[in-house]
Amino acid sequence: MLSIKNIHANIEGKEILKGINLEIKAGEVHAIMGPNGSGKSTLASVLAGREEYEVTEGEVTFLEKDLLELSTEDRAREGLFLAFQYPVEIPGVSTTNFIKAAVNEKRKYQGEELLDAVAFLKMMKQKMALVEIDQSLLSRSINEGFSGGEKKRNEVFQMAMLEPKLAILDETDSGLDIDALRIVANGINKLRNENRAILLITHYQRLLDYIQPDFVHVLYNGKIVKSGTKELALELEDKGYDFITDEADLAASL
Amino acid sequence: MTNVNYFKDQFEQLQDSGPATAIAELRTDGFNTFNKSGLPTYKLEEWKYTNISSLFDKEYQFANTAPAIQLSDIDAIRLAGHEQANELVFVNGRFIPALSTIRSTASQLVILALEEAAKGKYEQLVKAHLGQSSEYLKDGIHALNTSFIQDGLFLLVPKGQQLTEPVYIYHISDARQQNTLSQPRSLIFVEENAKLQLTETYTTLGTSESFTNEVLEVVVKENAFVEYYKIQHDGLNASQVGSTHIHQIGRSHVHTVVVSLNGGVIRNNLNLVLDAAGNETHLYGLYLLKGKSHVDNHTLVDNKQPNCFSNQLYKGIAGDASTGVFSGRIIVQPDAQKTNAYQSNKNIILSDQATINTKPQLEIFADDVKCSHGCTVGQLDEEALFYLRARGIPKEAAEVLLLEAYAADILVQIKPEPLRNHVAELIYEHLSIS
Amino acid sequence: MNEDLNMLEQTALNEYKYGFVTDIDTDIIPKGLNEDVVTLISKKKNEPEWMLNWRLKAYAHWLKLEEPKWPNVKYPPINYQDIIYYAAPKKKEQLNSLDEVDPELLRTFEKLGISLNEQKRLTGVAVDVVMDSVSIATSFKEQLSEIGVIFCSISEAIQKHPDLVKKHLGSVVPMTDNYFAALNSAVFTDGSFCYIPKGVRCPMELSTYFRINAENSGQFERTLIIAEEESYVSYLEGCTAPMRDENQLHAAVVELVAMKKAEIKYSTVQNWYPGDKDGNGGIYNFVTKRGMCQGEHSKISWTQVETGSAITWKYPSVILKGDYSIGEFYSVAFTNHHQQADTGTKMIHLGKNTRSRIVSKGISAGQSQNSYRGLVRAAKGATNARNYSQCDSLLLGDKCGAHTFPYIEVKNKTAIVEHEATTSKIGEDQLFYCRQRGIDAETAVALIVNGFAKEVMNQLPMEFAIEAQKLLAISMEGSVG
Repeated sequence: MLSIKNIHANIEGKEILKGINLEIKAGEVHAIMGPNGSGKSTLASVLAGREEYEVTEGEVTFLEKDLLELSTEDRAREGLFLAFQYPVEIPGVSTTNFIKAAVNEKRKYQGEELLDAVAFLKMMKQKMALVEIDQSLLSRSINEGFSGGEKKRNEVFQMAMLEPKLAILDETDSGLDIDALRIVANGINKLRNENRAILLITHYQRLLDYIQPDFVHVLYNGKIVKSGTKELALELEDKGYDFITDEADLAASL
Repeated sequence: MTNVNYFKDQFEQLQDSGPATAIAELRTDGFNTFNKSGLPTYKLEEWKYTNISSLFDKEYQFANTAPAIQLSDIDAIRLAGHEQANELVFVNGRFIPALSTIRSTASQLVILALEEAAKGKYEQLVKAHLGQSSEYLKDGIHALNTSFIQDGLFLLVPKGQQLTEPVYIYHISDARQQNTLSQPRSLIFVEENAKLQLTETYTTLGTSESFTNEVLEVVVKENAFVEYYKIQHDGLNASQVGSTHIHQIGRSHVHTVVVSLNGGVIRNNLNLVLDAAGNETHLYGLYLLKGKSHVDNHTLVDNKQPNCFSNQLYKGIAGDASTGVFSGRIIVQPDAQKTNAYQSNKNIILSDQATINTKPQLEIFADDVKCSHGCTVGQLDEEALFYLRARGIPKEAAEVLLLEAYAADILVQIKPEPLRNHVAELIYEHLSIS
Repeated sequence: MNEDLNMLEQTALNEYKYGFVTDIDTDIIPKGLNEDVVTLISKKKNEPEWMLNWRLKAYAHWLKLEEPKWPNVKYPPINYQDIIYYAAPKKKEQLNSLDEVDPELLRTFEKLGISLNEQKRLTGVAVDVVMDSVSIATSFKEQLSEIGVIFCSISEAIQKHPDLVKKHLGSVVPMTDNYFAALNSAVFTDGSFCYIPKGVRCPMELSTYFRINAENSGQFERTLIIAEEESYVSYLEGCTAPMRDENQLHAAVVELVAMKKAEIKYSTVQNWYPGDKDGNGGIYNFVTKRGMCQGEHSKISWTQVETGSAITWKYPSVILKGDYSIGEFYSVAFTNHHQQADTGTKMIHLGKNTRSRIVSKGISAGQSQNSYRGLVRAAKGATNARNYSQCDSLLLGDKCGAHTFPYIEVKNKTAIVEHEATTSKIGEDQLFYCRQRGIDAETAVALIVNGFAKEVMNQLPMEFAIEAQKLLAISMEGSVG
C-alpha cells in the first residue's frame, strides 16, 4: 500500500530525514519509535504533505500513485489520514460542520454521492459510539478549549468518519493519562481491519501495550536503524534507546 | 503672550550670531516649519486631548544671560546612585559642561557640545542623524526646538563599551525671575556592542512658570543595549513637551521606562523606529496623577524590518481633577513580516473630576504578524480594599497599598537598584500625601 | 502557503452578480446642487412648507462645512455639482397595488432575489423597496397597520404623519451634525419610516431594500425608526447597485429612537458595488447612522455585514441616555481588491448603569485597507457605565492593511471600559489541518473566515444570516486560494 524509498527531507536547509525505506501492506500495523529529534514527526509531515519540508531525494508510492506529486488535500482524499500530535484550534468552526465538509470532499473526489444531513448524522451516531466521544464535543468549535484527551479522541473520531486506507498516528499517546489512553487505543483497535494499514509514531512503548504492532522500527538521526517485531519495543523499554543508538553511532563513525 | 514675532526676533538673533553651519541650516528648516504650522492645537489628531497652545498665552522668555546656578545647587536634585554616575547638567535648556561631572574615561564615553561635534571628527555622524526625528514629529512644537538648537549635547558610547557608570541628565529651569522656556537638544549614539543606561529628570527653581520643550535623539547600533529612564516629578508650574526618538539601526535591545508623578501639562512623545531585523524593544510607563496635572503619553513603534518584537505596558492612575492620556501607535510596514507587537494600557480613575483618554492604535500593512493591543479603564478592586479594611487597615492606607501594588509592575522595570528604590520612595510619598 | 498565495492572486475576479442595469423610464433632474434643486426635490415630492424650510436650512449649513479629511481613506475630490440629486422610476400616479408596478421593476427585484409578489414573499418579512430616489413599494402594510405599526416610505410619512416626522426627524442626527448628514438633510429623496406604538412587539421583520440604478445619480435616503415604550422591532436593510466605471455617492442618514424599555435591532447587509479588481468605479458609502436610547432600559443593537462599496465610512452609534440602557454593535467588514473601509461605532454613555458591547471583525484581502474606528465615552454622569470591546482583524495576503483606532474617554470614576484588539493572519497550521482532512485551501479559508465572523453572524436574523454567509463566501472568491 505504502512504499517509501530512500526519502531525504530538509527543513530550512537542514536535513532531517536521511534516507528512509519502509514498506507497509494493507492490514498491517507498523510502529515507528525513536528518541526525540530523530525525525519521527518529520516523516509524518512529509507523508501528509506539509510544505515547509522539502523532499530532496527518494520516492513514495501510495496505492500505486506517486504520493509526492499529490497535493495535501488529494492525499487525504486518496485515503491518507494523519492524526496530529498537536491538533490545531479553529475558532468558530463547528466540529460537525468541519467533518461533514471533509467527508463530502472525499466522496466527491471518489465519485461517490454526497451525504445529506440525515445520512451524515446517522453515520456520526454510529462512529461516536465506537470512540466514546460525546455529542456536545462535536457541536463545539474544532479543538477549541478541548482537553488533551478530548483533542486526541476527536482525531480518532475523525479517522473513524473518514475511513482512511492508511492512518498515521503521530504521538497520539502523548499527554494522555492512562484512562484516556485506554479509550483512544480501544477506538483505534476497533478501526483496525484487513484493508487498512496503520502507522503508529510514538516515543514510548506503553501505547503498544494496547495496540499490538506487527512490526516495529527504530528511527534515529533520520534513518531506520533497526526493525523487528513487537519484541523489539519491549527490548527498548527494557534497555532504553541507548543500546541501539550507541550501536548506530558506532556504525556511523566507522 | 509669547507670539511668533518674539520667536522670529530670537531666531534671527541666533542665526546672525554665528556662521552658516549645518546646524544653522537645520534651524532654518525648523523655523520654516514652525512658521507654517504654528503651535499645535487640539484640531490636530495627534493633539486632540492636549492643548499646548494655550500654555503660550503666558509670556515665556528664553534665558539669554548666564544663570546663577552653582555646583552646590545641584546637590539638592541628585538622583540616588549619582556617586557612580556621569552627571550632565542642562540649565534653561543648555548643556553646561562646567556643572557636569564625568566619571567614565574618555575612551569609554565621549561627551561634547553638539556644535563642537558637528565640526570635528563626528561631523558626518551629526549630519546624518541630527534632525532625523522631524520625519516623525512634523508639528510646530517639535520644529520650534529644532529652530533653536544651541548648546546641545553630543554623547557617544564607543564600540564595545559596556558602560557601567550610568548617565544622569538633570534639566534645571530657572523660573525664579521670569517664565522660562527651555529647549534642550541632545544627540546620542550607542555604537556596536555598547551599553548605555540613561536617566533624565527635571527640576524647576522658583515659582514662575517653566516650559521645557525637549528633543532627544538616540541612535542604536548592532548588538547594543540601551536602557532609558525618564522621571518627571516637578512642580505644577512646570510644563513640558518631551520628545524622545530612538532609532534602532542595528539589531539591538532597547528598554524604556517613563514615570510621571507631578507636573503641569506634560506631553511625552516616545518614538521607536525598528529599522533592523530582529530588534527588541520594551516600553513601560507609569503616570500617577493628582491635582490638575495633565499627562499625555504618545508612543510610536514603527516596525520597518522583519522579525522585530515589541512590548508596551503603560499604567495610569488619575485622581483629583487630573487628566491622563495615552496614545500608542504600532505601525507594521509591508516589509516587517513576522513582527510581534503587543501593547497594553491600563488605567484607574479615582475621581469624578478626573479624565482618562486612551487611544491605542494598530496600523498593519504586513500579513504575517501577531499584534494585539488592549486597554482598560476601571477602579481599584473594591473586594481587595474591603479585605484590607476588614483586617484593620484604614481606608487611606489600604488605598495607598493597592495603588503601590498597581504601580509595582512598572517599577520593577527600572533595573538599576538605587534608581528603582529612589523612584519607589517618590511614589510612596506621592501617593501618601493627599 | 506561498503556492496558495499565488493561487490567491491568480484566481480571476468573481463577478459582482448584482451589477446589471434595469432599462426603465426614469424621471431625472439635471446635475448639480443649489437652492433651486433643493426646492425642486421638495416640490417633486409635494412636501409641506416646513419640510422645504428644513431642507433649505440644512443646505445653507452644508455650504459652510468642509468635507472631513480624518478618515483613513483616500479618494479623488468629489464634484458635488456633477451629481444628479433626484432620479425616480417614472410612474403615472399613486399605485394602488403591486399589479400596477412596472413589470420591468418587478423583474429587477426578482433578479435580486427579492420578490415583491405577495405570494412569493418571504414569510414574516415586510419589505419597503427604494430604487434610486423613491420608494417603489411597501408590503404587508395593511397587516401591520392593524396593530398600529406604521411602515411606509418617509415621503409618505411626511404627508400622512407630519407630527411624528416633525418631532423626530433630526432629533438624533441633527442636520448640522456633519458634512454628509447636512447634505442628506438638504437633498434626501426617500427612505423608510417605521413607527412601533407602545407595547407592540412587531410580529415580522421590517426590511428595506435599496437599489441605485440611474447613472451619475447619488442616493440620499433617510430612515427614521421610532419605537415607543415597551415595543420591539427588528429591521433589516440590504443594498446593491449596478457596475459602473464612475464612482457614485451614497450618503444616507438613519435615525433610531428607542423609548423606555423599547428595543430596536437594526441589521444591515451592505453590498453596494465595490468597484472592479483594479479599483475603478464603485459606491462611496458615506453614511451617518445613530440611535438614541431615550428611555430607561431601552436597547439598540446594530449588526452589519459590510462587503460592498469602494469606500465605506460609517459609524453606527448609540447614545445611551436612558438609565440602564444598552447599546450593541456587531460588525463584519470584508474588504478586497482596492476597497477601503473606515468603520466602527460610537457608544456615548450618558445615563447611569448603561452598558455597551462592541464586537468588530475585519477581514482584509487584495490591496484593500480596512480600519476599525470606534469611540467609547463615559460622561461625568454615567455612573457604573460598562463597555467591552473586541476588535479582531484577519489578513489574507500581504498587500492589504488592517488598522484599529479606538478612542476611549472616561470621566466617571465608576465606569469600566475594556478594549481588546488582535491582528493576525490565517494560521498555516489551521490551513494544513483542513487540507489534511481533504478540504481544499479555498474552502478551508472560507470555513476559517466564517468561523472568525461567527459571533457577529449569529446576531443576524436567520434568513439574513444565510444570505450574509453566502455573500461573504462570494466576496472572498478570487481573494483566497
